[in-house]
Amino acid sequence: MAERLIELRDISKSYGQVYALGGVNLSVDRGEVVGLIGDNGAGKSTLIKILSGVVKPTSGEILIRSQPVTGWSAARSRDAGIETVFQDRALAVQQTIVRNIFMGRELTGFLGWLKVNKEIEEARRLMREIGFTSKVFTPQSIVGQLSGGERQGVAIARAIYKQADLIILDEPTTALSLTETAKVFHFVRQVRASGRSILFIGHNIHHVFDIADRFVVLDRGKVALTADRSQVKSAEDLINFMEDVAHPGGLPGLHDAGDAEHRAR
Amino acid sequence: MEPDLHEPSAGISGPGNSRKEWKHPSDNWMRGFILANRAALGTLAVFIVMMAVFMTANPTVFTTWYLYSSVLTTLPVALFVVVPLVFVVTCGEIDLSFPATMGFASWVFALVVQAGYDPFLGIAAAIATGTLLGFLVGSLVVYGGLSSLIATLGMNFLLRGLIQIINEGKSTALTSLADSWAYKIFSSQLYGIPVQIFWAIGFVVLSALLYNRHRFGAQVKVVGDNPDSAQQMGIDVKRVRVKVFVFVGIGAAIAGTFSVMINFTWWPTAGDGYLLPVLASVFVGGTPTWGGVGTVVGGAIGAVTVSFIQTGVVAAGLSGFYVQFFNGLIIILSLLGHKWNQARYR
Repeated sequence: MAERLIELRDISKSYGQVYALGGVNLSVDRGEVVGLIGDNGAGKSTLIKILSGVVKPTSGEILIRSQPVTGWSAARSRDAGIETVFQDRALAVQQTIVRNIFMGRELTGFLGWLKVNKEIEEARRLMREIGFTSKVFTPQSIVGQLSGGERQGVAIARAIYKQADLIILDEPTTALSLTETAKVFHFVRQVRASGRSILFIGHNIHHVFDIADRFVVLDRGKVALTADRSQVKSAEDLINFMEDVAHPGGLPGLHDAGDAEHRAR
Repeated sequence: MEPDLHEPSAGISGPGNSRKEWKHPSDNWMRGFILANRAALGTLAVFIVMMAVFMTANPTVFTTWYLYSSVLTTLPVALFVVVPLVFVVTCGEIDLSFPATMGFASWVFALVVQAGYDPFLGIAAAIATGTLLGFLVGSLVVYGGLSSLIATLGMNFLLRGLIQIINEGKSTALTSLADSWAYKIFSSQLYGIPVQIFWAIGFVVLSALLYNRHRFGAQVKVVGDNPDSAQQMGIDVKRVRVKVFVFVGIGAAIAGTFSVMINFTWWPTAGDGYLLPVLASVFVGGTPTWGGVGTVVGGAIGAVTVSFIQTGVVAAGLSGFYVQFFNGLIIILSLLGHKWNQARYR
């Protein structure tokens, strides 16, 4: 069995009287892509914030490589090799790819002078590692000239440079076209092939279904479903399941429509 | 052959997939150089066109060395503040307090020299004063959370007011300077060329390296481009912002000291006349107002351009009344040129 990278046990988070998360169990193994699906307000962003250490859980246990940790914080999260690539991509778009990858961690020598050639070499290596290569751009291209999917590639390369074992991708394909989404998937597969793990968060079920090895459906602060790829036949299965979760007993109108479709087939 | 994201066959290697080595256009050093320095080169083009116009109007005047000599004496003073201002504007801020810092730091220089100490000590004291004032202004803007446009404008009035209150408008003559070593090194002539320009060129070159090849410049650009991202990546955004104001303080102190050494006299208004020409130089030089990008060399060429406008207009045989008109014309034309020349990425 693959090494267990991180495990959350019975994690709860409440803001005053309001529960954002109520007893969530989630684990990510090495070299695995976990798809986290959930509607707006399901608790996805709270979960990301807990994983990246920005927010502390009200109760519950966090295990890193099967070891329980105390005093969970952003620094601890980083030390554990967890990097979050946020939805807004957090890139400086007027700068080069190199400058973005080494942002805040410039490779410097004597008195803080940049090792320009070493940075370019290192950037090229990182980009090659995630399959982010093209003859249209070089490491010294301006990020603003890249497409949305390619910008995700810059962010992922940066996370890899930080020795991340688990990369959390927060809605990486939202607002991307089909070809751009395919590029992001290409990067994700390369990252998985390198033995790293990815937590792929999205609300487009088709996207998550295409890329993930395991699915976790979050609903109103609780894990509603954990399923392996082999247990789910199609994206429609997931969608049906989520509809059931969202409307237990069924919204008459919706289900009638669905039944009518089935009968028609 | 590496897989290519823009090819349908990305990552699939097979026979017939090996084409001849393809090179990126910017791999050509000439093309790469032009692309990387388009703003500075645009500014240079503006300068050359402007000088060509002046020279055709009156070719003989422009062969006299005196004309260049006078520009080369005052230009360095401007360069010492234009260059740090490029850093400030790149960082997404503005500093309008540098004229008062010039006056204040050079006042300290004048006081030290007048008290009979060596001018080198005076220069050290002036730079220390400039550093301190830059830190003060920067902290006020950054930690006080104030708009740099208004806060530095206020500091400019405040510091100048202090100078005026204490000196009651009186100037200080520093005749002893003429015999000092400091004067020979920083303000005399070398083969007929004002020596200040060599110091200023050294300063520009060092700053350009700092801007393009040093962690400081890299972080200034990132902070000006996307402060949230910089913060997330562990850059101390506030510290970087304060540092650029300190840099202006140091530059202003050197500029103020140089201007005093040219005239052997310190005036309570020292530095006042530099506010608008220096700001114009930064933007004529091709540094945009929105932060994240800029050019030190362009800013320096911008300063040369602005310095030559006044001299050029008069030398070309027009009356002094045309100076302001040409100032405005050059600024507007440069801005239009830069807008066409460089795209803004979002």
